[in-house]
Amino acid sequence: MFSMKKLPSYLTTFLLGLLALVFAFPFYYVFVLATWPSREVLAFPPHFWFGNGLMENWTSLFGRVPFATNFLNSLGIATLSTVSVLFFCTLAGFAFSKYNFKFKKILFSFVIATMAIPGFLNIIPFYKMMVMFGWINTWLPLIVPGMAGAFGIFLMTQFLENALPHELLEAARIDGVGEFAMLWRIVFPLARAGMAVLGVVTFVGSWNNFTGPLILLPDVDATTLPVALSVLNSRVDNNMGALFLGNAMTLLPLLIVFMLFSRQIISGLTAGAVKG
Amino acid sequence: MSTTVLAQRKKRMKAQQWAPYVFISPFFILFLVFGVYPIGYSIVSSFFDWKLIGTKPPVFIGFNNYVNILTIDPFFNSAVINTVILLITGSLLQHIIALPLAILLNSKLVKAKELFKTAYFLPYITSTVSVVIIFGNLFDTNFGLVNWILGWFGIEHIRWGSEDYGVKVILSTILNWKFIGWNTVIYLAGLQAIPQEMYEAAEMDGARTFTKHLKITIPQLYPIIFLAVSLSIIGGMQIFEEPFVLTGGYDNMGGPSNSGLTAAYYLMFTAFKAYKIGKGSAIAWLIFVTILGLNAINRAATRKYND
Repeated sequence: MFSMKKLPSYLTTFLLGLLALVFAFPFYYVFVLATWPSREVLAFPPHFWFGNGLMENWTSLFGRVPFATNFLNSLGIATLSTVSVLFFCTLAGFAFSKYNFKFKKILFSFVIATMAIPGFLNIIPFYKMMVMFGWINTWLPLIVPGMAGAFGIFLMTQFLENALPHELLEAARIDGVGEFAMLWRIVFPLARAGMAVLGVVTFVGSWNNFTGPLILLPDVDATTLPVALSVLNSRVDNNMGALFLGNAMTLLPLLIVFMLFSRQIISGLTAGAVKG
Repeated sequence: MSTTVLAQRKKRMKAQQWAPYVFISPFFILFLVFGVYPIGYSIVSSFFDWKLIGTKPPVFIGFNNYVNILTIDPFFNSAVINTVILLITGSLLQHIIALPLAILLNSKLVKAKELFKTAYFLPYITSTVSVVIIFGNLFDTNFGLVNWILGWFGIEHIRWGSEDYGVKVILSTILNWKFIGWNTVIYLAGLQAIPQEMYEAAEMDGARTFTKHLKITIPQLYPIIFLAVSLSIIGGMQIFEEPFVLTGGYDNMGGPSNSGLTAAYYLMFTAFKAYKIGKGSAIAWLIFVTILGLNAINRAATRKYND
C-alpha cells in the first residue's frame, strides 16, 4: 500500500535505480550497436533498439582480425593464469595460516608490501627480460610471473585462517597423512569457497589485461581480445559494426561471469582493500 | 613405543618444519626473478642513455635524464598537468559522490540494496578498451548520444574528441563511471562496521540526519577514506590505458594538443616508441616518488583520526 510516510523511501529508491540504469546503459548500448550494419552504427538520432546487421558484422569482424584466435588466446591465458594462481596461492596461504615457522611474520609482511609496487616501475626491464627469454608473442609472460601473486596469497591466508580447523590437520597427521598429501585431501577441498573468489577475480583481471599483451604480444595472431579491439579501433577504414560486435563478444563472457559470481567478485576485490 | 614409530614421528616433525618454506617458495622465486631484478635494472638504467634497440652501448649520464625531464622536456610538463587534472576530476572528486551514495545505500530508506550495489560495481570489472570504445561513440560529435541530448537544450555540436577540454571531459567521465561503484562498495563496507549504538545515542540527543553523519559517520570513516583516496591516487597517477586507446595509441601522443597525454602514457611512449629506456625508467621513478609524496599528504590530512 502506498503511504505518504514511505515517500522518502520510494523517492530514494527511484533515484538510485535511475543511477543504476545510467551505469548499466553503456552495456546495453554495445549490444544494440553490434547488431547495426557498419554504415548505420552512427545515426542521428542514435539507435536504442537492435538492427539487422549482425551477420554482416560477424563476417567483417572475422575478416579483419583473427578474432577466433584472439578469443582462444584470451581464454587460454586467463584459464591457465587462474589455475596456477589458485594452486600456488592456496599453497602459500596454507603455509602462512596454519604453520609456525621462523620469519613467518616478516615474510608475510614482505609479501603484502610488494603489492604497493606500481607495475610501471619495472615494465621496461621486464620487457627486455622477456625478449631475452624469447617469450615475446607467447602466453608465458602473462602467466608465469603472476602465478603466485601477493594479492592471492593474502586472500587465501585470510580465508584459510578460519576455514581450516587445526584439529583436522592434527588428526590427519596422526593418521599418517603427509604434509603434501594433506593438500589434496584436506586443504583444496576445504578452500573451495575462497578459491572461487580468487579464481573469478584472477580470471577477470587476466581477461581485461591490456597493457601486458600490448607490449608482450605485438603480433595480431598472438594477442588477446582487448588488444585486437584496439587494433580494430585504430584502423583507418574503421568498420564500426565489426568493432562493436567484437566489443560485445569481449564483454559477454565477462558479464556472464559477473552475473554468476558478483558476490564473490565484489567481496574478493574489496577484501584486499578493506581488510588490508 | 617402538623405535620405528619414534623415527617416523621425527621424520614427520621434520617435514612439518620445512613444508611451509616449500609452499611459500614460489612467490619468492618469482619475485626475485620478475620483481627484484627488473626493479634494480630500472634504477640503474635511469642513470644511463640507454636505447631499447640497436647496438649503441649505454652511456652513463648521471642525473641527466631526471634533470632534462624536469627542466626542459615540454611533453613531460604537459603530461604532469594533464595527470593532475585527471587525477582531480577523474579520480578524487568522485569521492564526494561515492560517500553519500554509500550512506544512502546503507540507510533503511532503500530497497534492493544488493541489486544497486551490483549495478554500480559492474563498470569496475569491464575491460578499459571496451569502455573507451563505447564512450568514444557516446561522445561522437555528429552522432553521439551526449550531443543528441545536449541538443534538446539548444547546445549543439560540441567537438568532444578534437578539443583539449573535450578529451579531458571524456576521460573524466570514463573514470567516474568506472570507479564510483568501486569506491561506493568500499565505503559501504566501512559504514557497516560502525557500531549502531553510536547513532542511537545521537538520536536520543535529537541530532538530525545530516548532523549525525557529519559528527559520527565521517570521523568514523576516516581510515577508510584515507584508504580509498590512497587507492585513487595510486590508480590516478598511473592512468594510461584510457587516454592511450581513446586518442589512438603512441602516434597521437594524447590527441589534440596532447590533452590526453598522462605521465604513464609518456613513459610508455618514451620507452616503446622513442626506445629510450633510460629516460623511460627515470619517468617511472618520478611517478613512483610522486605517488609516495601524495600519499604522505593524504596521510597527514587524515592523521588525527587515524591513530
